[in-house]
Amino acid sequence: MNREEIILAIKDIIQTIAPDEDLSELKTDVRLRDQIELDSMDFLDIVMELRKRYGVQVPEEDYKELATLDGCVAYLAPHMQGKTLKVGV
Amino acid sequence: MANERYDAVVVGAGMSGLAAGIRLAQYDKRVVVLDRHALWGGLNSFYKRGGRRYDTGLHALTNWAPPGEKSTPLPKLLRQLRIPREELDLAEQGFSEVRVGGARLTFGNGSASIEEAVARAFPSEIDGFKRLVQAVKEHDPFGARPDGGAARARLAQWIHDPLLVECLLVPVAFYGSAREDEVEWDLFVVLFRSMFLEGLARPVGGIKTLLDALRRRLVECGGELRMRAGVARILLNERQAASGVLLDGGEVLECERVLSSAGRVETLRLCGLDSPAEHLGRLSFCETTSILARPTAALGHGATMVFFALDERFAYRRPNGLVDATSGVVCASDNYQRHEYGDAGVYRVTCLANHDLWSGLHDEEYAAAKLRCADEMLAAAGKVALDPRPHTTAFDMFTPKTIRRYTGPHGGAVYGSPAQARDGHVGVERLHLVGTDQGTLGLVGSLLSGVAAANRHVLMAPTT
Ligand SMILES: Cc1cc2nc3c(=O)[nH]c(=O)nc-3n(C[C@H](O)[C@H](O)[C@H](O)COP(=O)(O)OP(=O)(O)OC[C@H]3O[C@@H](n4cnc5c(N)ncnc54)[C@H](O)[C@@H]3O)c2cc1C
Repeated sequence: MNREEIILAIKDIIQTIAPDEDLSELKTDVRLRDQIELDSMDFLDIVMELRKRYGVQVPEEDYKELATLDGCVAYLAPHMQGKTLKVGV
Repeated sequence: MANERYDAVVVGAGMSGLAAGIRLAQYDKRVVVLDRHALWGGLNSFYKRGGRRYDTGLHALTNWAPPGEKSTPLPKLLRQLRIPREELDLAEQGFSEVRVGGARLTFGNGSASIEEAVARAFPSEIDGFKRLVQAVKEHDPFGARPDGGAARARLAQWIHDPLLVECLLVPVAFYGSAREDEVEWDLFVVLFRSMFLEGLARPVGGIKTLLDALRRRLVECGGELRMRAGVARILLNERQAASGVLLDGGEVLECERVLSSAGRVETLRLCGLDSPAEHLGRLSFCETTSILARPTAALGHGATMVFFALDERFAYRRPNGLVDATSGVVCASDNYQRHEYGDAGVYRVTCLANHDLWSGLHDEEYAAAKLRCADEMLAAAGKVALDPRPHTTAFDMFTPKTIRRYTGPHGGAVYGSPAQARDGHVGVERLHLVGTDQGTLGLVGSLLSGVAAANRHVLMAPTT
């Protein structure tokens, strides 16, 4: 998956968890929780969805790497290589 | 034949068990939620009598949040369960009251409303009360080090009139203190926020609306719900870790983890372990339901809830008699802003009761005692709200004996053990308590505790 696809993948996961959030204006370099209402329980759900959809395991000590969309891309890129984007699941 | 094998077995299909089951099933864990009874919901369920549906244990859903609010417990909970808020069809309370001695606080939802109520009834206390509200907002009741202590002593820091202190303690004690005579500060903070700063609401359709949503979600995620499947034993392996359950019918289900909402004492008993006697809860309740010929408001009583104590200092403890009708909770379900009752009133009174005395009665004594106690309770309600007797078209009542029969555990103790295991540990590996005995109370508290336990003990657990 390339950068755009990883961002799409994360946005789609957030939309599943928080259907009432507007994600169209999300900036990639600003902390997600400063832009939309996401708490630590929601981050757990992002991680669980990554495991469920892409088989990617994120250990608890690495959750902080997912704070921004850019952070997600940097951290996930190696793990998402060769995986296909799944949206709307 | 190989036994069934699950990632997690959940004992009890009450609020906490259903919520835990949903969270686990949502992430493809193989999970089954078991209950001994035919209907799910636990203490919050419903039954039919004379063609009419009665709710047990639903006066009010606490933690009301206006549409669009995202950061308070109820919307967070629904988000974790992925149940759309619309599905609950929440109707707000009209207004409610606290009546203690001669004092009366009349309040609606939200912190402005309770502040106005205090300013009206206790004008000289309002500054202190505002500081209390601030302290409640800032305190973290789930902090790593429980900041216990008695709420009564804390409240005296801000409030001088003991009657106002009592007015604040009565509703909070009734909505979830497992300790006699005492409300802990942390618990006070949680309940004060959820009842007053957030507020009270009710799903139109009653508890069934919520139970249908939970069941739908559990099944949709692939979780199993098995009713009439009582757990006779929790099985331990050679390392004394939970490894499965034995059902009443003899079937064995093997699993990685057991989450139990059966209460601390009962859960340990299922493992073959004893608990000290002081861990048994002592608080239980009687509740009457009167169906009225006309809407409650048309009969002159407009409040949704009334939390009352006839005396200025109330006794929150197991009564010496069958019931203590000097304090309690009155709920007029048809005084929510919307409801399904048409032109009938639905009026309930709840008072503290003594489980051991009730369960010691013979059948004939039991029936007569119910009538006598109902009269006491309804007369007491008449002093602070409405005496429903002249307007009643149908009537039912439950006692601690009923609670024990239908939810099994807790010795009829609705709020469970006074020795709460906050982290859910009871000293057996791979076994975690959820619900009542984790110290989180009420519907929303129990649901949240199921979510938290599933997250912490299963989803975030290192894979083995
Ligand atoms: C009269 C009354 C009024 C209430 N009113 C309100 C209210 O208005 N608002 C509010 O928020 N809260 C209210 N509550 C409190 C609320 O009902 C409880 O806090 C909550 O339901 C507890 O849920 P739980 O999942 O922890 O436990 P429970 O509901 O007790 O669930 C435990 C389940 O486990 C099952 N079980 C036990 N042992 C076994 C076994 N061995 N095998 C299989 N299954 C087993 C039981 O059958 C039960 O279904 C009220 C309670 C009562 C009694």
